[in-house]
Amino acid sequence: MSARSEILARIRAGLSDVPAGSAPDGDVPVPWEYGRAGALPAGVDVLELFVERCRDYKAVVERVAADGVPAAVVRHLTEAGVASVVLPAGLDEAWRDAVVAAGVEVLGDEPLLSAAALDAVGGVVTGARVGIAETGTIVLDHAPDQGRRALTLVPDLHLCVIGAEQVVSDVPEAVALLRASIEAGRPLTWVSGPSATSDIELQRVEGVHGPRTLIILLREVS
Amino acid sequence: MTTTVGKDLGERATSGSGATSGTAHKRLTPAPPPGKLEDSPAFPAAAKRELGNTQQRDNLLRATATIRAKRAARAAEVDQWEELRVAAAAIKDRAHRHLADYLEQAEANLTRAGAHVHWARDAAEANQIVVDLVCQTGVHEVVKVKSMVTQETELNEALEAAGIAAWETDLAELIVQLGHDRPSHVLVPAIHRNRSEIRDIFVKEMGLYGQAAPEGISDQPAELAAAARRHLRDKFLRAEVGISGGNFIVADTGSLVIVESEGNGRMCLTLPKTLISVVGIEKVVPTFEDLEVFMRLLPRSSTGERMNPYTSMWTGVTPGDGPQDVHVVLVDNGRTNALADPAGRQTLRCIRCSACMNTCPVYAQVGGHAYGSVYPGPIGICLTPLLRGLDRPIDRSLPYACTLCGACTEVCPVKIEFPDLIVQLRRRVAESKQAERRPHLETTAMAGGRFVFARGSRFGLVGYVTGLAGRVLAPRRTFGRHLPWPASLWTRARDLPVPPKRSFRHWWKGAGR
Repeated sequence: MSARSEILARIRAGLSDVPAGSAPDGDVPVPWEYGRAGALPAGVDVLELFVERCRDYKAVVERVAADGVPAAVVRHLTEAGVASVVLPAGLDEAWRDAVVAAGVEVLGDEPLLSAAALDAVGGVVTGARVGIAETGTIVLDHAPDQGRRALTLVPDLHLCVIGAEQVVSDVPEAVALLRASIEAGRPLTWVSGPSATSDIELQRVEGVHGPRTLIILLREVS
Repeated sequence: MTTTVGKDLGERATSGSGATSGTAHKRLTPAPPPGKLEDSPAFPAAAKRELGNTQQRDNLLRATATIRAKRAARAAEVDQWEELRVAAAAIKDRAHRHLADYLEQAEANLTRAGAHVHWARDAAEANQIVVDLVCQTGVHEVVKVKSMVTQETELNEALEAAGIAAWETDLAELIVQLGHDRPSHVLVPAIHRNRSEIRDIFVKEMGLYGQAAPEGISDQPAELAAAARRHLRDKFLRAEVGISGGNFIVADTGSLVIVESEGNGRMCLTLPKTLISVVGIEKVVPTFEDLEVFMRLLPRSSTGERMNPYTSMWTGVTPGDGPQDVHVVLVDNGRTNALADPAGRQTLRCIRCSACMNTCPVYAQVGGHAYGSVYPGPIGICLTPLLRGLDRPIDRSLPYACTLCGACTEVCPVKIEFPDLIVQLRRRVAESKQAERRPHLETTAMAGGRFVFARGSRFGLVGYVTGLAGRVLAPRRTFGRHLPWPASLWTRARDLPVPPKRSFRHWWKGAGR
C-alpha cells in the first residue's frame, strides 16, 4: 500500500466516532462571523490608526497628497542615500520619471535580476494590495506594481506607496479582499515593520535579513 | 569568505559516497550532542540535571517573564479574544474530524498549482523523500526555515549523512546549530542562552562555516543580529534548495503559510530554485478565510506582537516568481495515533505558539532539554507520548512533569484542556504498567490504598498506627531527606511530614470535641 493510501486509511480508521458522510460544517459548527470590520479606538480614524501602528513597529510613515507622491518618493530615497533602485514594471510612470530625473540609478527586473544583482541595489519602490490599520501591516500580492517577491526582500530599503482607500480596519477585512489575489495564483507577503527578531533574550531588535528600512507613503486623495 | 565550506564540499565530492559513517567522515555542519532524544533519561533525572545549570535557569526565568507580559498585553487589546479562541478550536476540530477529505482537497489544489505532493508515514520516510529530492538537484547544501517537524524527524542529520549540508537560518536555530546544541523551546529554540553566551558561540564557530563574526563584536543583540545577517547572506544568495515547514495548509486553495520575523523565511521561500516544504498532516485548515482567526491569535500568543514582521502565503508554483520546482511532504509520524485518541485529538489543534511553555512553572525552572523531545512544556508532555507511544522511560514520565495548575489552558489560543488530558495520560501510563504484570511501585501503592480505603476498620487501624508513629517521632515535623528506598523516591525532592499524633477519625469520635 502506498504511503498516501496508508495514511488516509489510518485517518479514517481513527475517526470512527465521526458519523460517516456528515458534512463538516454541520458536524462542527464554527461560531464566528467572517470578514467583519474591526472596532476602532474612540476618536481615531482608520488612517490615523494605520499610521500609528506602522510607526509603532519602526516603519517610517508619511501621509502624502496624491500629486505629491513623486516628489516624496524622491525625497525619501535621497535622504536615505540610496544610489540605485529597482522599480517593478507596473509602477506609476510619474514616480519612475521623478526618480530618473533625480539622478538615482533605476534598474528594471526584465530580464530577471540575479540575487547578487539585487543585493547590490540600494532600494525598491512598490505599491501594495491592502493595508491593515490594527496591526500596522501592508500586504503585497506581487501584482505588476509590486514586482516579484525577491524585489522587496533583498534590497535593504523598501519604499511602499499605499492608497488611503486600500487601508482596512483589521485582519478579517483584509483576508476577505485577499482571496481574489490567492485565487489568481498570486503569492502574498504580509509586512509589519522592517525585519526584526526577538530571539536574543526575547528583546525585539529591528534589522535582520529583510529590508532594514521600511518607508510607507500613505497616498491620500487630493 | 566561504572557502571552508567549499573545500569541505570538494573533498566530499571526490571521496565517494561510502564515507557517511565512522570517523573518516568529516562533518559539513556543526555536530549536535550525541545520542537520540527519545533515549533521554526519565523526566525527574533529566530535570535534576538541568536544575544544576543556574545560568540557564536565570536566562529562562527572565525570558519567560518578558514574553508572558507581552502576550498578556496583546491578548488584552482584543475584545473578541475569547470568541477567537473558541472559533480557532472549532476550525481545527472541524479540519481534524474530516481530515482525510481536507488533505485530499489540499493535495488536488496543490497539484493543480504545480506543486508535487509526497506522503510520509514516519520520520525515516519523510527524511528519505527530502534526501532523494535534494540529491536529484545535484546540490550539496540547503537553507532551512525554522521548522518543528524537521526537528522532530531529525532531517538535518539525515541530510548530513547523505553529504548534504543543511544550514539553519532562523537566528535562534543558528545559535543552536553553531552551539552544537539542541532546541529547548518551540518558538525561540535558544531561549536558554543569554547574549554573552551567544556572542561566544558566534565568535568561536561562525568562521568555521562561513563569514566569521566581526572582530571585537559585543554582546548587544543588534550587533549579534547584524553578524547573523552577514554570516547567512552568502548562503541565501547562492542557495538552490530551500526547506521549510508550514504553519498552515489551506485546503480550499492549496496555499501554504509561513509566519516569521527575520526575513530568513522569505529568503528560503523565494530565492532557491527548489522548495521542499515538510508539513504535518494536522496543519490543514479548511478555508482561506479561516486564516483571519489564526493570524489574529498566533502572533499575539507567540511573540506578543500585534503582527509578526513577515508572513508568506503561496500556492504551488508562481511563474516568474520564486522556486519553480515546489514540493510538499505531508507527514504522519504518529499524528494518526493522536487523532485516533478521542482525548488526545485536541493536541493536534496546537499552532506551536509556545504560550503554554512560557506560562508553565515547571518549564520555567527546568527548561526544554529535560523533556527528551523537541516539544517541551505542557504541549510536549501531552503530544510526545501520543506521537511516540508509552514504551520508553522518558515518554512514560512526561505526563507527570506537571503540577496540574492549569495556567497553560488559560493562555492556549486553541483551548487545549491540558490538565484533563494530562490526568488521562497518567491513567494510561498506570494501565500500561499494570498490563506488563511486573511490580511497579506506584501501582503497588495504589493497590495498598484501595485495600485500606475499602473498609472503615482497616482505615481506622491505619489511623491508629500512624498516630502511634506521630507520638514516637514528635516533636519532629518531617522525616528528613535520608529515608531508605522506596521512601527516598519521595524524600529526595520533597518533605514527608510526620503523621499527627491523633487521626481526624479519632478526634471526631469524641476526644477532641
